[in-house]
Amino acid sequence: MGEILDLFAGVSPEGAWTVTQVTRRARAVVEAGLAPLWVRGEVSGFKAWQSGHWYFGLRDRTAQLRCVMFQKDNRRLPAPPADGMQVFVFARPTLWEEKGEFRLTVLDLLSTEAGGLWQVAFEKAKAALTKDGLLDPARKRRLPRYPRRIAVVTSPDGAALRDIIAVTTRRWPVAELLVVPTRVQGDGAEGEIRGALALVTRLQGLDLVIIGRGGGSREDLWTFNHERVARAVAALPVPVISAVGHETDVTLCDLVADLRAPTPSAAAEAATPDAAEVLVDLDHLGARLARGLAARSSRVAERLDRGFDRLTGVLERRLERHRQALAGLAGRLDALSPLRILERGYALARDEQGRVLKRVAQFTPALPFRLRVTDGTVAARVTES
Amino acid sequence: MARAREPLNFAEQLERLEEIVRRLEGEELDLDAALKLFEEGVERLRQARERLTAAEAQVKQVLADQAGNVRVEDLDG
Repeated sequence: MGEILDLFAGVSPEGAWTVTQVTRRARAVVEAGLAPLWVRGEVSGFKAWQSGHWYFGLRDRTAQLRCVMFQKDNRRLPAPPADGMQVFVFARPTLWEEKGEFRLTVLDLLSTEAGGLWQVAFEKAKAALTKDGLLDPARKRRLPRYPRRIAVVTSPDGAALRDIIAVTTRRWPVAELLVVPTRVQGDGAEGEIRGALALVTRLQGLDLVIIGRGGGSREDLWTFNHERVARAVAALPVPVISAVGHETDVTLCDLVADLRAPTPSAAAEAATPDAAEVLVDLDHLGARLARGLAARSSRVAERLDRGFDRLTGVLERRLERHRQALAGLAGRLDALSPLRILERGYALARDEQGRVLKRVAQFTPALPFRLRVTDGTVAARVTES
Repeated sequence: MARAREPLNFAEQLERLEEIVRRLEGEELDLDAALKLFEEGVERLRQARERLTAAEAQVKQVLADQAGNVRVEDLDG
Protein backbone atom coordinates (compact mmCIF):
# COMPACT_ATOMS: atom_id res chain seq x y z
CA MET A 1 0.00 0.00 0.00
CA GLY A 2 2.51 2.50 1.10
CA GLU A 3 0.93 5.74 -0.05
CA ILE A 4 -0.89 7.81 2.50
CA LEU A 5 -4.21 9.10 1.17
CA ASP A 6 -6.02 12.03 2.47
CA LEU A 7 -9.35 10.55 3.47
CA PHE A 8 -10.98 13.93 3.07
CA ALA A 9 -9.58 14.69 -0.40
CA GLY A 10 -12.33 12.61 -2.00
CA VAL A 11 -15.11 14.91 -0.85
CA SER A 12 -14.64 17.06 -3.96
CA PRO A 13 -14.13 16.05 -7.59
CA GLU A 14 -10.69 17.66 -7.55
CA GLY A 15 -9.53 15.21 -4.96
CA ALA A 16 -11.07 12.11 -6.57
CA TRP A 17 -9.43 8.76 -5.82
CA THR A 18 -8.55 6.31 -8.48
CA VAL A 19 -10.37 2.95 -8.56
CA THR A 20 -7.22 1.24 -7.56
CA GLN A 21 -6.77 3.55 -4.61
CA VAL A 22 -10.29 2.79 -3.40
CA THR A 23 -10.10 -0.97 -3.79
CA ARG A 24 -6.70 -1.07 -2.20
CA ARG A 25 -7.93 1.04 0.68
CA ALA A 26 -11.08 -1.03 1.04
CA ARG A 27 -9.07 -4.21 1.08
CA ALA A 28 -6.85 -2.83 3.83
CA VAL A 29 -9.87 -1.81 5.85
CA VAL A 30 -11.57 -5.18 5.42
CA GLU A 31 -8.46 -7.16 6.28
CA ALA A 32 -7.68 -5.00 9.28
CA GLY A 33 -11.23 -5.07 10.57
CA LEU A 34 -12.04 -8.74 9.99
CA ALA A 35 -9.38 -11.18 11.12
CA PRO A 36 -9.61 -14.76 9.78
CA LEU A 37 -12.75 -16.28 11.25
CA TRP A 38 -15.18 -19.17 11.07
CA VAL A 39 -18.30 -18.55 9.00
CA ARG A 40 -21.26 -20.84 8.56
CA GLY A 41 -23.60 -20.92 5.60
CA GLU A 42 -25.03 -22.87 2.72
CA VAL A 43 -22.92 -23.67 -0.35
CA SER A 44 -24.29 -22.46 -3.68
CA GLY A 45 -23.00 -22.22 -7.22
CA PHE A 46 -20.02 -24.46 -6.53
CA LYS A 47 -17.47 -24.64 -9.34
CA ALA A 48 -14.09 -26.38 -9.43
CA TRP A 49 -11.76 -24.83 -11.97
CA GLN A 50 -9.20 -26.57 -14.13
CA SER A 51 -6.53 -24.97 -11.95
CA GLY A 52 -7.89 -26.94 -9.00
CA HIS A 53 -9.23 -23.84 -7.24
CA TRP A 54 -12.78 -23.92 -5.95
CA TYR A 55 -15.26 -21.03 -6.33
CA PHE A 56 -18.60 -20.96 -4.61
CA GLY A 57 -21.09 -18.82 -2.79
CA LEU A 58 -21.94 -19.02 0.86
CA ARG A 59 -25.35 -17.74 1.79
CA ASP A 60 -28.06 -17.60 4.34
CA ARG A 61 -31.61 -16.25 4.07
CA THR A 62 -30.64 -12.67 3.44
CA ALA A 63 -27.05 -12.41 2.31
CA GLN A 64 -24.37 -13.99 0.20
CA LEU A 65 -20.56 -14.13 0.23
CA ARG A 66 -18.26 -15.01 -2.64
CA CYS A 67 -15.68 -17.61 -1.65
CA VAL A 68 -12.53 -19.05 -3.15
CA MET A 69 -10.61 -22.02 -1.84
CA PHE A 70 -7.26 -22.46 -3.51
CA GLN A 71 -5.95 -25.84 -4.62
CA LYS A 72 -3.14 -25.78 -2.03
CA ASP A 73 -5.81 -25.62 0.67
CA ASN A 74 -8.58 -27.76 -0.80
CA ARG A 75 -6.38 -30.71 -1.75
CA ARG A 76 -6.37 -31.84 1.87
CA LEU A 77 -10.11 -32.36 1.67
CA PRO A 78 -11.52 -35.74 0.59
CA ALA A 79 -14.23 -34.26 -1.62
CA PRO A 80 -15.71 -30.95 -2.69
CA PRO A 81 -18.85 -29.74 -0.94
CA ALA A 82 -22.11 -30.01 -2.82
CA ASP A 83 -24.53 -27.17 -3.44
CA GLY A 84 -27.02 -26.84 -0.64
CA MET A 85 -24.63 -28.32 1.92
CA GLN A 86 -24.38 -26.54 5.24
CA VAL A 87 -20.71 -25.87 5.94
CA PHE A 88 -18.34 -24.11 8.28
CA VAL A 89 -15.46 -22.34 6.63
CA PHE A 90 -12.42 -20.86 8.25
CA ALA A 91 -11.66 -17.89 6.00
CA ARG A 92 -9.83 -14.66 5.59
CA PRO A 93 -12.20 -11.88 4.48
CA THR A 94 -10.63 -9.83 1.73
CA LEU A 95 -11.37 -7.81 -1.33
CA TRP A 96 -10.48 -8.96 -4.77
CA GLU A 97 -9.19 -5.78 -6.28
CA GLU A 98 -9.41 -6.72 -9.97
CA LYS A 99 -13.14 -7.23 -9.63
CA GLY A 100 -13.76 -4.99 -6.72
CA GLU A 101 -15.38 -7.98 -5.13
CA PHE A 102 -15.62 -8.70 -1.46
CA ARG A 103 -14.92 -12.30 -0.77
CA LEU A 104 -13.66 -14.98 1.60
CA THR A 105 -10.42 -16.80 1.00
CA VAL A 106 -11.34 -20.15 2.51
CA LEU A 107 -8.56 -21.99 4.34
CA ASP A 108 -10.54 -24.88 5.75
CA LEU A 109 -14.00 -26.26 5.23
CA LEU A 110 -16.10 -28.58 7.39
CA SER A 111 -19.44 -30.02 6.54
CA THR A 112 -22.10 -29.93 9.21
CA GLU A 113 -23.39 -33.27 8.00
CA ALA A 114 -22.60 -36.21 10.26
CA GLY A 115 -18.90 -36.99 9.92
CA GLY A 116 -18.33 -34.05 7.64
CA LEU A 117 -17.01 -34.11 4.13
CA TRP A 118 -14.94 -37.19 4.90
CA GLN A 119 -18.02 -39.13 5.77
CA VAL A 120 -19.84 -37.81 2.73
CA ALA A 121 -17.02 -38.85 0.43
CA PHE A 122 -16.68 -42.19 2.22
CA GLU A 123 -20.36 -42.99 1.92
CA LYS A 124 -20.40 -42.00 -1.72
CA ALA A 125 -17.47 -44.27 -2.61
CA LYS A 126 -18.88 -47.05 -0.43
CA ALA A 127 -22.21 -46.85 -2.20
CA ALA A 128 -20.46 -47.13 -5.57
CA LEU A 129 -18.50 -50.20 -4.38
CA THR A 130 -21.64 -51.76 -2.93
CA LYS A 131 -23.48 -51.23 -6.17
CA ASP A 132 -20.79 -53.21 -7.97
CA GLY A 133 -21.00 -56.00 -5.41
CA LEU A 134 -17.47 -55.44 -4.15
CA LEU A 135 -18.54 -55.42 -0.49
CA ASP A 136 -20.54 -58.64 -0.79
CA PRO A 137 -19.44 -60.99 2.01
CA ALA A 138 -19.74 -63.88 -0.46
CA ARG A 139 -16.77 -62.40 -2.32
CA LYS A 140 -14.44 -63.01 0.62
CA ARG A 141 -11.89 -65.67 -0.21
CA ARG A 142 -10.39 -68.17 2.23
CA LEU A 143 -6.80 -67.47 3.15
CA PRO A 144 -4.30 -70.15 2.13
CA ARG A 145 -3.31 -72.41 5.06
CA TYR A 146 0.37 -72.59 4.23
CA PRO A 147 1.27 -69.52 2.18
CA ARG A 148 4.68 -69.21 0.62
CA ARG A 149 4.88 -65.97 -1.38
CA ILE A 150 3.33 -63.06 0.48
CA ALA A 151 3.37 -59.56 -1.03
CA VAL A 152 3.41 -56.69 1.46
CA VAL A 153 2.20 -53.33 0.16
CA THR A 154 3.26 -50.66 2.63
CA SER A 155 5.70 -47.89 3.37
CA PRO A 156 9.29 -49.21 3.21
CA ASP A 157 10.36 -47.41 6.37
CA GLY A 158 7.33 -47.66 8.60
CA ALA A 159 6.79 -49.63 11.78
CA ALA A 160 4.13 -51.61 9.89
CA LEU A 161 6.70 -53.31 7.67
CA ARG A 162 9.04 -53.97 10.60
CA ASP A 163 6.22 -55.62 12.54
CA ILE A 164 5.10 -57.75 9.61
CA ILE A 165 8.64 -58.97 8.96
CA ALA A 166 9.23 -59.72 12.66
CA VAL A 167 6.01 -61.69 13.11
CA THR A 168 6.36 -63.64 9.88
CA THR A 169 9.99 -64.56 10.53
CA ARG A 170 9.10 -65.79 14.01
CA ARG A 171 6.08 -67.84 12.96
CA TRP A 172 6.52 -69.13 9.45
CA PRO A 173 10.01 -69.81 8.03
CA VAL A 174 8.49 -71.14 4.83
CA ALA A 175 7.39 -67.64 3.86
CA GLU A 176 8.93 -65.44 1.24
CA LEU A 177 7.94 -61.82 1.85
CA LEU A 178 7.91 -59.62 -1.23
CA VAL A 179 7.83 -56.02 -0.08
CA VAL A 180 6.25 -53.64 -2.58
CA PRO A 181 7.20 -50.21 -1.26
CA THR A 182 4.87 -47.26 -1.60
CA ARG A 183 4.08 -44.04 0.17
CA VAL A 184 0.88 -44.45 2.15
CA GLN A 185 -0.07 -40.85 2.83
CA GLY A 186 0.29 -37.39 1.43
CA ASP A 187 0.02 -35.98 -2.06
CA GLY A 188 0.33 -38.61 -4.73
CA ALA A 189 0.11 -41.55 -2.31
CA GLU A 190 -3.09 -42.74 -3.96
CA GLY A 191 -1.40 -43.09 -7.34
CA GLU A 192 1.65 -44.75 -5.80
CA ILE A 193 -0.44 -47.33 -4.01
CA ARG A 194 -2.33 -48.14 -7.17
CA GLY A 195 1.02 -48.52 -8.94
CA ALA A 196 2.21 -50.88 -6.22
CA LEU A 197 -0.99 -52.94 -6.51
CA ALA A 198 -0.52 -53.13 -10.28
CA LEU A 199 2.99 -54.45 -9.64
CA VAL A 200 1.56 -57.06 -7.26
CA THR A 201 -0.70 -58.45 -9.97
CA ARG A 202 2.40 -59.20 -12.02
CA LEU A 203 4.16 -61.29 -9.37
CA GLN A 204 4.38 -65.01 -10.11
CA GLY A 205 3.25 -67.70 -7.71
CA LEU A 206 1.78 -65.30 -5.20
CA ASP A 207 -0.35 -66.79 -2.39
CA LEU A 208 -1.43 -63.75 -0.41
CA VAL A 209 -1.24 -59.95 -0.16
CA ILE A 210 -1.00 -57.82 2.98
CA ILE A 211 -1.74 -54.12 2.56
CA GLY A 212 -1.34 -51.87 5.53
CA ARG A 213 0.11 -49.03 7.47
CA GLY A 214 0.53 -48.03 11.06
CA GLY A 215 -1.98 -45.84 12.83
CA GLY A 216 -2.60 -42.27 11.81
CA SER A 217 -5.17 -39.54 11.75
CA ARG A 218 -8.25 -39.90 9.62
CA GLU A 219 -6.64 -37.64 7.05
CA ASP A 220 -3.54 -39.87 7.05
CA LEU A 221 -5.65 -42.93 6.40
CA TRP A 222 -7.60 -41.24 3.65
CA THR A 223 -5.50 -42.70 0.84
CA PHE A 224 -7.07 -46.06 1.64
CA ASN A 225 -10.56 -44.62 1.27
CA HIS A 226 -10.12 -43.65 -2.35
CA GLU A 227 -12.56 -45.54 -4.45
CA ARG A 228 -9.91 -46.33 -7.03
CA VAL A 229 -7.56 -47.77 -4.39
CA ALA A 230 -10.40 -49.89 -3.03
CA ARG A 231 -11.20 -51.15 -6.52
CA ALA A 232 -7.57 -52.05 -7.15
CA VAL A 233 -7.51 -54.01 -3.88
CA ALA A 234 -10.74 -55.81 -4.78
CA ALA A 235 -9.30 -56.75 -8.16
CA LEU A 236 -6.23 -58.53 -6.77
CA PRO A 237 -6.11 -62.13 -7.98
CA VAL A 238 -5.16 -63.62 -4.59
CA PRO A 239 -6.62 -63.16 -1.08
CA VAL A 240 -5.85 -59.84 0.63
CA ILE A 241 -5.49 -58.94 4.29
CA SER A 242 -5.92 -55.25 5.02
CA ALA A 243 -4.51 -53.64 8.14
CA VAL A 244 -5.14 -49.97 7.56
CA GLY A 245 -7.78 -48.58 9.82
CA HIS A 246 -8.13 -48.50 13.56
CA GLU A 247 -10.61 -50.27 15.74
CA THR A 248 -13.07 -47.46 15.13
CA ASP A 249 -12.13 -46.20 11.68
CA VAL A 250 -12.71 -48.76 8.99
CA THR A 251 -11.39 -47.82 5.57
CA LEU A 252 -12.84 -48.89 2.24
CA CYS A 253 -9.66 -50.86 1.67
CA ASP A 254 -10.48 -52.83 4.83
CA LEU A 255 -14.01 -53.42 3.61
CA VAL A 256 -13.09 -54.85 0.22
CA ALA A 257 -10.24 -57.00 1.58
CA ASP A 258 -10.83 -60.69 2.26
CA LEU A 259 -9.81 -60.18 5.87
CA ARG A 260 -9.43 -57.07 7.97
CA ALA A 261 -6.78 -57.09 10.68
CA PRO A 262 -6.61 -54.46 13.44
CA THR A 263 -2.84 -53.96 13.13
CA PRO A 264 -0.03 -54.94 10.75
CA SER A 265 1.23 -57.49 13.33
CA ALA A 266 -2.23 -59.03 13.51
CA ALA A 267 -2.30 -59.18 9.71
CA ALA A 268 0.97 -61.14 9.69
CA GLU A 269 -0.40 -63.51 12.35
CA ALA A 270 -3.56 -64.09 10.37
CA ALA A 271 -1.51 -64.67 7.23
CA THR A 272 0.75 -67.38 8.61
CA PRO A 273 0.41 -70.58 10.61
CA ASP A 274 2.70 -71.08 13.57
CA ALA A 275 5.52 -73.42 12.54
CA ALA A 276 5.61 -74.93 16.06
CA GLU A 277 1.95 -75.95 15.72
CA VAL A 278 2.48 -77.30 12.23
CA LEU A 279 5.34 -79.43 13.56
CA VAL A 280 2.93 -80.93 16.09
CA ASP A 281 0.49 -81.59 13.24
CA LEU A 282 3.30 -83.30 11.36
CA ASP A 283 3.95 -85.53 14.37
CA HIS A 284 0.31 -86.56 14.37
CA LEU A 285 0.43 -87.29 10.67
CA GLY A 286 3.56 -89.37 11.21
CA ALA A 287 1.83 -91.38 13.94
CA ARG A 288 -1.20 -91.95 11.73
CA LEU A 289 1.09 -92.98 8.92
CA ALA A 290 2.74 -95.62 11.09
CA ARG A 291 -0.59 -96.83 12.51
CA GLY A 292 -2.02 -96.92 9.01
CA LEU A 293 0.72 -99.18 7.79
CA ALA A 294 0.53 -101.39 10.89
CA ALA A 295 -3.22 -101.77 10.52
CA ARG A 296 -2.81 -102.43 6.83
CA SER A 297 -0.17 -105.13 7.31
CA SER A 298 -2.04 -106.86 10.13
CA ARG A 299 -5.11 -106.88 7.92
CA VAL A 300 -3.04 -108.44 5.16
CA ALA A 301 -1.72 -111.02 7.63
CA GLU A 302 -5.25 -111.80 8.77
CA ARG A 303 -6.31 -112.22 5.23
CA LEU A 304 -3.39 -114.55 4.61
CA ASP A 305 -4.40 -116.55 7.69
CA ARG A 306 -7.96 -116.77 6.53
CA GLY A 307 -6.75 -117.80 3.10
CA PHE A 308 -4.57 -120.49 4.55
CA ASP A 309 -7.43 -121.85 6.63
CA ARG A 310 -9.64 -121.94 3.64
CA LEU A 311 -7.01 -123.69 1.60
CA THR A 312 -6.44 -126.38 4.20
CA GLY A 313 -10.17 -126.85 4.45
CA VAL A 314 -10.48 -127.35 0.76
CA LEU A 315 -7.59 -129.78 0.71
CA GLU A 316 -8.96 -131.74 3.59
CA ARG A 317 -12.38 -131.99 2.08
CA ARG A 318 -10.86 -133.09 -1.18
CA LEU A 319 -8.71 -135.69 0.58
CA GLU A 320 -11.73 -136.96 2.44
CA ARG A 321 -13.59 -137.38 -0.80
CA HIS A 322 -10.66 -139.31 -2.20
CA ARG A 323 -10.52 -141.47 0.85
CA GLN A 324 -14.16 -142.36 0.48
CA ALA A 325 -13.70 -143.06 -3.18
CA LEU A 326 -10.76 -145.28 -2.39
CA ALA A 327 -12.77 -147.14 0.20
CA GLY A 328 -15.59 -147.72 -2.28
CA LEU A 329 -13.13 -148.83 -4.87
CA ALA A 330 -11.53 -151.21 -2.43
CA GLY A 331 -14.92 -152.73 -1.72
CA ARG A 332 -15.56 -153.20 -5.37
CA LEU A 333 -12.12 -154.72 -5.90
CA ASP A 334 -12.75 -157.07 -3.02
CA ALA A 335 -16.01 -158.23 -4.53
CA LEU A 336 -14.25 -158.98 -7.76
CA SER A 337 -11.49 -161.00 -6.10
CA PRO A 338 -11.47 -164.63 -7.49
CA LEU A 339 -10.80 -165.92 -4.02
CA ARG A 340 -14.24 -164.71 -3.02
CA ILE A 341 -15.69 -166.68 -5.95
CA LEU A 342 -13.79 -169.82 -4.99
CA GLU A 343 -15.15 -169.43 -1.52
CA ARG A 344 -18.58 -169.90 -2.97
CA GLY A 345 -17.54 -173.39 -4.27
CA TYR A 346 -16.12 -172.66 -7.67
CA ALA A 347 -12.75 -174.07 -8.74
CA LEU A 348 -10.13 -172.68 -11.07
CA ALA A 349 -8.28 -175.07 -13.42
CA ARG A 350 -4.76 -174.26 -14.67
CA ASP A 351 -2.40 -176.40 -16.76
CA GLU A 352 1.19 -177.12 -15.75
CA GLN A 353 2.18 -173.80 -17.24
CA GLY A 354 -0.36 -171.99 -15.06
CA ARG A 355 -2.67 -171.08 -17.97
CA VAL A 356 -6.29 -171.00 -16.97
CA LEU A 357 -8.32 -173.74 -18.62
CA LYS A 358 -11.67 -172.31 -19.50
CA ARG A 359 -12.95 -174.47 -22.41
CA VAL A 360 -13.60 -178.19 -22.92
CA ALA A 361 -11.21 -178.25 -25.90
CA GLN A 362 -8.36 -177.31 -23.66
CA PHE A 363 -8.80 -180.51 -21.64
CA THR A 364 -6.99 -182.98 -23.94
CA PRO A 365 -7.02 -186.68 -22.84
CA ALA A 366 -4.68 -187.50 -19.94
CA LEU A 367 -3.77 -183.81 -19.47
CA PRO A 368 -2.53 -183.19 -15.99
CA PHE A 369 -3.82 -179.98 -14.46
CA ARG A 370 -4.29 -178.34 -11.11
CA LEU A 371 -7.50 -177.25 -9.50
CA ARG A 372 -7.43 -174.21 -7.28
CA VAL A 373 -10.17 -174.43 -4.69
CA THR A 374 -10.82 -172.07 -1.84
CA ASP A 375 -8.33 -173.58 0.60
CA GLY A 376 -5.64 -174.98 -1.70
CA THR A 377 -4.64 -176.74 -4.89
CA VAL A 378 -5.49 -180.27 -5.97
CA ALA A 379 -3.60 -182.27 -8.67
CA ALA A 380 -5.92 -183.75 -11.35
CA ARG A 381 -5.88 -185.45 -14.76
CA VAL A 382 -8.36 -185.76 -17.62
CA THR A 383 -9.64 -189.35 -17.83
CA GLU A 384 -11.90 -189.11 -20.82
CA SER A 385 -13.33 -186.33 -22.87
CA MET B 1 12.07 -96.28 -2.98
CA ALA B 2 9.11 -93.97 -3.25
CA ARG B 3 10.78 -90.59 -3.43
CA ALA B 4 9.20 -87.25 -4.19
CA ARG B 5 9.47 -86.91 -7.92
CA GLU B 6 9.17 -83.14 -8.22
CA PRO B 7 9.65 -80.40 -5.65
CA LEU B 8 6.28 -79.48 -4.21
CA ASN B 9 5.64 -76.36 -2.21
CA PHE B 10 4.85 -76.81 1.44
CA ALA B 11 1.10 -76.70 1.02
CA GLU B 12 1.14 -79.32 -1.76
CA GLN B 13 3.56 -81.43 0.24
CA LEU B 14 1.27 -81.46 3.26
CA GLU B 15 -1.77 -82.10 1.12
CA ARG B 16 -0.09 -85.13 -0.42
CA LEU B 17 0.95 -86.34 3.01
CA GLU B 18 -2.62 -86.08 4.29
CA GLU B 19 -3.86 -87.94 1.24
CA ILE B 20 -1.34 -90.72 1.85
CA VAL B 21 -2.45 -91.08 5.47
CA ARG B 22 -6.10 -91.16 4.45
CA ARG B 23 -5.45 -93.83 1.85
CA LEU B 24 -3.43 -95.94 4.25
CA GLU B 25 -6.19 -95.68 6.82
CA GLY B 26 -9.12 -96.17 4.52
CA GLU B 27 -8.46 -97.95 1.29
CA GLU B 28 -8.12 -101.63 0.59
CA LEU B 29 -4.52 -101.84 -0.50
CA ASP B 30 -2.23 -104.77 -1.02
CA LEU B 31 0.80 -104.82 1.22
CA ASP B 32 3.13 -103.74 -1.55
CA ALA B 33 1.10 -100.61 -2.39
CA ALA B 34 0.72 -99.82 1.32
CA LEU B 35 4.46 -100.05 1.83
CA LYS B 36 5.13 -97.79 -1.14
CA LEU B 37 2.70 -95.20 0.20
CA PHE B 38 4.22 -95.46 3.65
CA GLU B 39 7.68 -94.88 2.32
CA GLU B 40 6.58 -91.87 0.31
CA GLY B 41 4.80 -90.53 3.38
CA VAL B 42 7.89 -90.87 5.54
CA GLU B 43 9.97 -89.08 2.92
CA ARG B 44 7.49 -86.22 2.61
CA LEU B 45 7.25 -85.95 6.36
CA ARG B 46 11.01 -85.66 6.57
CA GLN B 47 11.10 -82.94 3.89
CA ALA B 48 8.29 -80.98 5.53
CA ARG B 49 10.02 -81.04 8.91
CA GLU B 50 13.24 -79.96 7.29
CA ARG B 51 11.54 -77.00 5.66
CA LEU B 52 10.07 -75.90 8.95
CA THR B 53 13.22 -76.23 10.98
CA ALA B 54 16.07 -75.50 8.60
CA ALA B 55 14.67 -72.63 6.54
CA GLU B 56 14.30 -68.98 7.45
CA ALA B 57 11.73 -66.58 6.06
CA GLN B 58 13.08 -64.57 3.18
CA VAL B 59 12.44 -60.86 2.72
CA LYS B 60 12.73 -59.33 -0.72
CA GLN B 61 11.84 -56.07 -2.34
CA VAL B 62 9.83 -55.68 -5.53
CA LEU B 63 10.63 -52.77 -7.80
CA ALA B 64 9.72 -51.77 -11.32
CA ASP B 65 12.51 -50.45 -13.51
CA GLN B 66 12.11 -47.72 -16.13
CA ALA B 67 11.13 -50.24 -18.78
CA GLY B 68 8.32 -51.42 -16.50
CA ASN B 69 9.94 -54.77 -15.74
CA VAL B 70 9.43 -56.28 -12.32
CA ARG B 71 12.62 -56.77 -10.35
CA VAL B 72 12.83 -58.74 -7.12
CA GLU B 73 15.90 -58.16 -4.99
CA ASP B 74 17.01 -58.81 -1.45
CA LEU B 75 15.93 -56.18 1.00
CA ASP B 76 18.78 -54.47 2.77
CA GLY B 77 18.72 -54.53 6.53
